[in-house]
Amino acid sequence: MTTDCDAVIVGTGPAGSTVADVLTAAGWSVIMLEKGANRLLALEPPFQGLGDITNDEVKFVRRWFLGPDPFLEPRTYRRAETDGERLLTGEVNNLPSTVGGGGFHADGKLPRFREVDFHARSELGPIDGADIVDWPLDYDEMEPYYAAAENLIGVAGDHTGNPFASWRSNPYPMPPGPDMFCAIVTGEAAVGRGLHPYRAPTGANSVEYDGRPACNNCGFCAYFGCPIEAKGDPIAPLRNALRTGRCEIRPESYVVSVEVDGSGKVARGVRYLDVDGVEHEVRARHVVLGAGAFETPRLLLRSGIGNSSDNVGRYLMYHFQTYTLGLFPFRLHAYRGRAVTHLHDDFLVPDADALAAARSAGLPYFRGGIVEHGGAGFPLLEAVHTGPGVHHSRTMLHSPMRDHMGAFTIQGEDLPQRSNRIDLDPKIQDVWGSAAGRVTYEPHRHEIAASRHWAPILESVMKDAGATHAFSVTSPPLAGEPGADTPFMAPVSRHIMGTTRMGPDPRTSVCDPWQHLHDVDNVLVADSSVFPTSTGYGPTLTIVALALRAARALAGLPPLRSQRPAQPAGGVGPPPQPAPD
Amino acid sequence: MPIWFDEREYAVVRAAVDRLIPPFEDHPGAVACGATDYVDGLLGAFLVDPPRVFAGGPFSGRHGGDAGFARFTPLTKHQELAWRTRIEGSLGIPEREFNGPVVGLQERYRAGIAALGADFGDLDGNEQDHRLAAAPGFKTLLYEHACEGTYGAPEYGGNRDARAWAAIRFPGDIQPRGYTDEEVSGRD
Repeated sequence: MTTDCDAVIVGTGPAGSTVADVLTAAGWSVIMLEKGANRLLALEPPFQGLGDITNDEVKFVRRWFLGPDPFLEPRTYRRAETDGERLLTGEVNNLPSTVGGGGFHADGKLPRFREVDFHARSELGPIDGADIVDWPLDYDEMEPYYAAAENLIGVAGDHTGNPFASWRSNPYPMPPGPDMFCAIVTGEAAVGRGLHPYRAPTGANSVEYDGRPACNNCGFCAYFGCPIEAKGDPIAPLRNALRTGRCEIRPESYVVSVEVDGSGKVARGVRYLDVDGVEHEVRARHVVLGAGAFETPRLLLRSGIGNSSDNVGRYLMYHFQTYTLGLFPFRLHAYRGRAVTHLHDDFLVPDADALAAARSAGLPYFRGGIVEHGGAGFPLLEAVHTGPGVHHSRTMLHSPMRDHMGAFTIQGEDLPQRSNRIDLDPKIQDVWGSAAGRVTYEPHRHEIAASRHWAPILESVMKDAGATHAFSVTSPPLAGEPGADTPFMAPVSRHIMGTTRMGPDPRTSVCDPWQHLHDVDNVLVADSSVFPTSTGYGPTLTIVALALRAARALAGLPPLRSQRPAQPAGGVGPPPQPAPD
Repeated sequence: MPIWFDEREYAVVRAAVDRLIPPFEDHPGAVACGATDYVDGLLGAFLVDPPRVFAGGPFSGRHGGDAGFARFTPLTKHQELAWRTRIEGSLGIPEREFNGPVVGLQERYRAGIAALGADFGDLDGNEQDHRLAAAPGFKTLLYEHACEGTYGAPEYGGNRDARAWAAIRFPGDIQPRGYTDEEVSGRD
């Protein structure tokens, strides 16, 4: 078969760009297809920035500059099949539809998972109503890829700060950036309550790194993009790949289907539509899917491949987000700095009180997630939520919901459930004429019980920090609570995982342990679709580490190795794990 | 001079956004910020080239660098389809109706202005509130646009001279200056 390239990569986010970097460095030719437009970097040498990334709330938040525009790419949502075909149409968990993908707008918190996260089933045990499984690899195997991912993106952090961290073979490549005032205030209060806040590992340069400048604290991170290239994800791997001369990026190219040969077991490439709607085919030895855990299963479903287990799109997971908000009598100016500079991991390791609360909720245990110490958003967001009338102008001057608001966000572990899924909407279409992706999702009672246990603790921390009022809300909102039957009913989390889970058994998983489809071996899923569980950590560093591992294996490169140190490198050593029951 | 509204429509929208975001103490209010002109610029976005949908970059010039925001960014083919449909409505054009007909912002404003009444600007505040409450969908739309026109970047036609940002003690876009480490970590 004649081919156009060694590998065709669908999607240019953290997963696809990492694979492109590894494969082109190994001498492969790749073509990257991206449905969104290119706002990131020139595609000709010297691949400089385009000047489109700005501190502009109208452009990026209100007008969907990066896409997906909900008119062009609507998604639909329902909680359960009993809701009918859909409850809402529009924006559902939208990650940017643009060159750079989800890396473009993320604020770059890049924690590693912990050792137990790779074998929660074996160590912590099952929970009724969920399908908790071990990952087909462990932390020791992942460690060198985590280290390589941190070096590739450029992560600033303090390797001594987090007592819950698993072992690591190296310090972070950069020291942490400056602490945000709001996090200093809440961090001190958290320490007073026996919690362990630490400086968040962040993919924003604290010093010049890889030819890109240090972050200058402009604050427009999440939902925007970095105007000065201080954020390495995903510009660093894409630029590396382009510089080899063996990577071609085709923006505004919408992949319609993965094409297989007559046997159905070998992919020969993909078909895509260009910006004028003209159809093309790219033939390649390998097909790599890095479209994200929403779009990757949608592409497989419309292609009709990879689904002999009927698991494509299933086990959809987010992070169950609990926001604890505190109103302070002084200004926190959380619009300055890297959006979030401190985390604590205590809620990933339930203590005796948490285990008792779990048991009283009928669960053997529960886990929460990282807690982000941050502030509120920008003025337009505050204004829209303030409401009209004289009180609007008075309230905006005082700014209780922005400049005086501290915010904790728990990225709570979301257990895998087979009924939570992405499938194809029977009626709504995108601008290219394909069926829209539809989410069917309800949280497990584990997530709700964990949230209800830890939210009051965080409210106490907020008050210790000086807040006069503190309260908590969740996304998705729970039945009977504000927002439950409004357009805000869908989870707003952009952490989307699990829709083509990997595992050794083709009857219960979609991808094998090296992320190839069980059914079609030369299709590799590079993104968070393969996650068997969600843990309570942001997924991006693990996406990149897994993509490095899978891409190196694909290219025939030897696995990376690292050595577990004799003594734990972190501060006080890892706390004990809870007994499963 | 409005580019899309006629003088009568402009006056109704002006009075309505004044009621939704009124001046108060140091807050100049939506009208003084130019929110009416913001709405006018949005509804008439395609009367200029490139359309006034996405401000350019990378900097505004307010904190160094040149005034790149003022050079609006050309739309991609799909962005033009989305924004023409959103503003003009689908108008029976098949490529705009892949999920059915779309009522555009221009039509929603025409209907909303008619519902508020040509005499809206002459009414007292209570009566204005009643008329706005009787058109809840339009009130929500107008309020969101009033917010954008008050607190958005000045290049979109509102937030004149960044007055709203000054009032609420927000510096707005800050590149390429950024903030010093002391400004990030210290108490104001």
